[in-house]
Amino acid sequence: MTRIDRKFAELAEAKRKAFVAYVMAGDPDYDTSLELIRGLPGAGVDVIELGMPFTDPMADGPTIQLAGQRALEAGQTLRKTLDMARAFRETDQTTPIVMMGYYNPIYNRGVDRFLEDAREAGIDGLIIVDLPPEEDAELCLPAQAAGLNFIRLATPTTDDARLPAVLNNTSGFVYYVSITGITGAAAPQASDVAPEVSRIKAATELPVIVGFGIRTPESARAIAGIADGAVVGSAIVKQIEEGRPVPEILDFVRGLADGAHAA
Amino acid sequence: MPEDLINSYKTGPDENGRFGLFGGRFVSETLMPLILELERQYEHAKTDDSFWAEMHDLWTHYVGRPSPLYFAERLTKRCGGAKIYLKRDELNHTGAHKINNVMGQIILARRMGKTRIIAETGAGQHGVATATVCAKFGLKCVVYMGAHDVERQKPNVFRMKLLGAEVIPVTSGRGTLKDAMNDALRDWVTNVRDTFYCIGTVAGPHPYPAMVRDFQAIIGQEARAQMQEAEGRLPDTIIACIGGGSNAMGLFYPFLNDNDVRIIGVEAGGKGVNDRMEHCASLSGGRPGVLHGNRTYLLQDADGQILEGHSISAGLDYPGIGPEHAWLHDIGRAEYVAITDTEALAAFQVCCEEEGIIPALEPSHALAHVLKIAPELPADHIICMNMCGRGDKDIFTVAKALNFDIAGD
Ligand SMILES: Cc1ncc(COP(=O)(O)O)c(C=O)c1O
Repeated sequence: MTRIDRKFAELAEAKRKAFVAYVMAGDPDYDTSLELIRGLPGAGVDVIELGMPFTDPMADGPTIQLAGQRALEAGQTLRKTLDMARAFRETDQTTPIVMMGYYNPIYNRGVDRFLEDAREAGIDGLIIVDLPPEEDAELCLPAQAAGLNFIRLATPTTDDARLPAVLNNTSGFVYYVSITGITGAAAPQASDVAPEVSRIKAATELPVIVGFGIRTPESARAIAGIADGAVVGSAIVKQIEEGRPVPEILDFVRGLADGAHAA
Repeated sequence: MPEDLINSYKTGPDENGRFGLFGGRFVSETLMPLILELERQYEHAKTDDSFWAEMHDLWTHYVGRPSPLYFAERLTKRCGGAKIYLKRDELNHTGAHKINNVMGQIILARRMGKTRIIAETGAGQHGVATATVCAKFGLKCVVYMGAHDVERQKPNVFRMKLLGAEVIPVTSGRGTLKDAMNDALRDWVTNVRDTFYCIGTVAGPHPYPAMVRDFQAIIGQEARAQMQEAEGRLPDTIIACIGGGSNAMGLFYPFLNDNDVRIIGVEAGGKGVNDRMEHCASLSGGRPGVLHGNRTYLLQDADGQILEGHSISAGLDYPGIGPEHAWLHDIGRAEYVAITDTEALAAFQVCCEEEGIIPALEPSHALAHVLKIAPELPADHIICMNMCGRGDKDIFTVAKALNFDIAGD
C-alpha cells in the first residue's frame, strides 16, 4: 500500500471527496516553491501533484508552460525536484506526492536510477503525460515493480474498446481529463462529465479524480460531487504567476479545497 | 552488421512503430486513439491502388513529377573528380519536396472525412505546400510557425496568406520549429474530431515517420530509374540535407538494400558543432531522448531539457531527427556529417554561378559536402544529390549574410 492508497481508503471511510492540487516544482524559485508545498496539506490538500518542468510541455496550456519556464530559468532540475520532495518529507510523512510531467528528463536520468531516487525521496506515484499504455515497458512496469503508483490519464477520446488497456497497469487512482484540450482550457460542465465518470467507474475499483479547467470553489464542488475528487492546477499556478505571497496563495487553495470537500 | 543477420533495411518500423530503439508512440492519451486510427487508415490506403492512382495523377499534373535528374557538368568540372548529378525536386510546384508528402496526407485526410488541416512549419515550405493543397481541395488550413521564423521567412508567410491559410505565429518557448510543433499538437488535442495534423517531416509518433517516408520515397524511386537510364547503373554515393530528414529518407529509402551505394546525410552544423550547441546536428552533437512522440537523437542539456540549436537555414533548425535516421546511424548503414552556415553559404553562391540554379539554403548544406568530397573521388564515381528546394525564399537571408541591401523601400 502506498500513501496514495492509504489516503483514498481514509477518504472513503470518512465519505469525503479528495482535493488534489498541482504546482510546478521550482516555480518561481526553489525556496518559495518548497514553502508553498509545505503549506498545502494545512490548506486542505489531500494529494500533491508536483510538476516536473520541461521545455516542451505539449499537453499544457500557456499558464503551466510559463510556470515551467520560470522554474527552469530559476535553475530547477529533476534532481532539485527530488530534493524538494525529500525536504517536504522531513515534516510530512503522510501526504501523498505524485510527480507529474514528461518522459524525457526521466529517460535522460535513467529509469532505474530515477525510480530509486524517487522512492528514497518519498514520492508515491507518477503521472507521465507522454507515456500511453502502448509504451508501458518504458516506465510504467518498472515503476510498479519499484512500489510506485503509475497513474494514467483517461480522456474523452478513450472509448470503451480502449478503456481496459488504459486501466490495466494503472494504480493509485485514475485521472479523468474532462475535456479534449490542454491544461487551463475552458471549464467542464459537471453534467457533461458525470456519465463519463460513471463509465470509467463501472470498469475499475480505483478512485476516479477529475481535472482540467477547474478554477473556482463552486466548480471544484460540482466536479468533486460527481467523482471521487477534483484536481486544480492552472488556477493555482496563475496565483504564482501574479506574484502573490505564499499565505495568500494558500488561502486561495483553502477555498478550492473547502469547495471540493463540501461535495 | 553482417549481411546474413539482416537481409533488408526496409522492413521497419515494427508494429510498435520502432526502428530498433527509435520511434514509438510517446503521446498523450487524448491523441493515442487518433494516431491509431490514422495508422489503420494509412495501412488500408497503402495497399489500395486507387489511393496511389490519385497520388500519381496529382503528382504528374499538379506537382510536376517526375522531377528531372540533371548532370551538373560545370560543378563536376569545377571539382575535377566525381560526376555530380542533382535530383531536381526544387522544380516541384511550391518549390520544394514538401508537397510530395502533403499530397499524400491530404488525400488521406479527405478519405477520413477531415475538414480542417493543421501543420507546423519552419522555413515555411511545408506550410506553403499544405496551404496550397488545402486551397486546391477547399479545406480549412491553419499553419503554426515560430515567431522568429515568421520574421526570417516573410515571403512564405505572405504566400500562405494569399493561399487562404491562417498563419499563427508561435511565441511559446523560443519561437522556432519545435515550438510550432508543440502548438500544433496542442491544437490537435483540442480539436480531435474534425482536424487532421499534416506533419512536414519523418518525425512525430508512429505512423508519421513511416508514412511521410513512403510519400517521399518517390524521389528515390525516380532517381534509381533515371540513373539507370543516364548511366546504366546505380550511383556510388547519394547525399541529402537533413532537418527532420524527410527529403533524405525519400531519396535514401529505395537505395537502402543496395549495399554498394554509400549514403550520406548532411546536418546543419551552424556555427560549428560545439558545446554551446550553436548547431542543429542531432546525430553529431545530440543524445537519444523522447520528444514530439518519438525516441530519437536530440539536442538536450544534462537535465534532459531540449535545446534550440542554431542554423542559418530555418528548415534545418530542429533539435531532433527522424527516428529511422537515428537507427540507420546506429547500425552504420548511413553516415551523417555536419556542414556549417559559412560552408553552406559558399555552396549556395557556387551553385548560382556555376549552374544557374538558386538553391534553398537547406540543400546548399548537402551541396557543400558534395563540393568537399567530389574533388577527392575518381572520375567514374557518381554522386546523386537531392536538390530538394529552390532559394527564392532565402534571398533575404543570404543578402543579409553577404551585407547586400535589397530592402528596396
Ligand atoms: C527546401 C527544404 N529542404 C529541407 C528541409 C528540411 O526538412 P527535411 O529534412 O524533412 O527534408 C526543408 C524544411 O523546411 C526545406 O524547406
